[in-house]
Amino acid sequence: MTLYTATEEEQNLSIVPARYRGRWVMAGVVVLGVALMAYGMVTNQRFQWGTVGEYLFAAPVLAGLGNTLMLTAVSMAIGIVLGIAVAVCRLSPNPILSSAAWAYSWFFRGTPLMVQLLFWFFMAALVPKLVLGVPFGPSFFEISTNTLISPFTAAILGLSLNEGAYMGEIVRSGIRAIPVGQTEAAKAMGMTRLQTMRRVILPQAMRVIIPPTGNETIGMLKYTSLVIVIGYSELLTSVSIIYSRTFQTIPLLIVAALWYLAVTAVLSVGQYYVERHFERGFTPLKAAKALPKTAANVLLKAGLPPASSASLAMPSGSAEELEKVK
Amino acid sequence: MKEPIVRARDIRKSFGHLEVLKGISLDINAGEVACLLGPSGSGKSTFLRCMNHLEKIDGGQLWVQGERIGYRRSGNKLHELKEHETAKQRASIGMVFQQFNLFPHRTALENVIEGPTVVQRVPKEQAVEEGRQLLARVGLADKADHYPGQLSGGQQQRVAIARSLALKPSVMLFDEPTSALDPELVGEVLDVMRSLADSGMTMIVVTHEMGFAKEVGNVVHFMADGQLVESGDPHQVLEDPREPRTQAFLSKVLA
Repeated sequence: MTLYTATEEEQNLSIVPARYRGRWVMAGVVVLGVALMAYGMVTNQRFQWGTVGEYLFAAPVLAGLGNTLMLTAVSMAIGIVLGIAVAVCRLSPNPILSSAAWAYSWFFRGTPLMVQLLFWFFMAALVPKLVLGVPFGPSFFEISTNTLISPFTAAILGLSLNEGAYMGEIVRSGIRAIPVGQTEAAKAMGMTRLQTMRRVILPQAMRVIIPPTGNETIGMLKYTSLVIVIGYSELLTSVSIIYSRTFQTIPLLIVAALWYLAVTAVLSVGQYYVERHFERGFTPLKAAKALPKTAANVLLKAGLPPASSASLAMPSGSAEELEKVK
Repeated sequence: MKEPIVRARDIRKSFGHLEVLKGISLDINAGEVACLLGPSGSGKSTFLRCMNHLEKIDGGQLWVQGERIGYRRSGNKLHELKEHETAKQRASIGMVFQQFNLFPHRTALENVIEGPTVVQRVPKEQAVEEGRQLLARVGLADKADHYPGQLSGGQQQRVAIARSLALKPSVMLFDEPTSALDPELVGEVLDVMRSLADSGMTMIVVTHEMGFAKEVGNVVHFMADGQLVESGDPHQVLEDPREPRTQAFLSKVLA
């Protein structure tokens, strides 16, 4: 049964996409602006690009960069582990555990990182020695706080404990984003709470957790510069030592900025791959979205009449259809 | 007489002040397909969820395969079981959900072998082999490596049934298994359930599919307002109900 047959003229109607002239104008403005800025930066002698090049790979700068990377990596690693622990405690049915986790987040998010770093560094003033033993009973081992707390340990303690508080909230939001049906299905299969968390909830929560964790890592890269207050040396300390001697402040700050930018670029690429890994099972939606356009284009190019390409509108939930076109 | 697979006595459950189960008692025998019918809010899904302790009961006693679910009796006290003990009981009770609840980050096959490998510690090769057989049994042998997001609703529900079967349960609970499906996909899921019933599986099915209840069910339990109103042969209950409450419901549904 045919309700309507398109005439040949109708079948040969071609589609002209809408044209937006404003977009070209805006693109032109932006390109011009960027070009002007780049020209200014290259030709302006006061940037002292020669000095920048001279110090970019200088040994003390690279040593500082190494310390920055090490501090970032170690603090983030500890911070993420702490964050998962804090999030799990926050969601625990044990009220003491969840309150303690809440209090931890409150304290470490509520005080300036710089104050925390100074506190750890000067801990000996509060607690002169650390003792390992039975509470209120005999001690087996004791050590002077000052031997234990070096600028390095104080830096790691300060940065990672602070990060743990933020990561705790990020992980918690990720866990809470997973529908309750997932937990129920896992429970009904006989999984324990720990198995459910490890096998079902966390792998899915990672999709939500990764982007803000990327933010945190990039943030941490720069927060490490705060350890200058407790005398630990990193990238920004290294360049400041040089420019306080040579008075070439601007070019050396550019050296530091270039390195921070370079590392951030590498981290962003890394984040992309980690995100892609945890997208497992969630990507087909994207494919489906891109599909109608390409499929229609293919048919149009093949010279098929528009009448048949209209039938491409997919019936809901028809996965077979989706695959065939793929 | 043989011990029933499910024995429920005076099951009570409240959510806050709302009493959703007001003392339900029934038996379900081995190999039986029992359909729980009733208007929404009648407590039938809650009752089903009590059977694997997804909901804690507030009163009454419940046994599955002679084993008391969720509690241990000593003297005059019922002690709630620890989580890992409940988990063990749940592994032998299969459950299929209205919203499928497949794990979206795992393929169909990975969903099916998750229970055996993680909960029952079956060697992976064996679990994979059995998993493929189960997928074939629900007609999805060629979809083993697809993610749930790439499957239709009906296919997802069939994978969910295979996932439950992988744990070799003694009884299967179905919580409105076809209610979230497009009408044209309901049939394929009911077909799988029908063949499961034919294989002798004990099934408790909360459903609105009167046709399925009549054709496949051995017994129908009609619930309303947290009480069991009427039980009996599906044809009798659905075609010639005795209770006015059942008559009123059926006249609305079948109208």
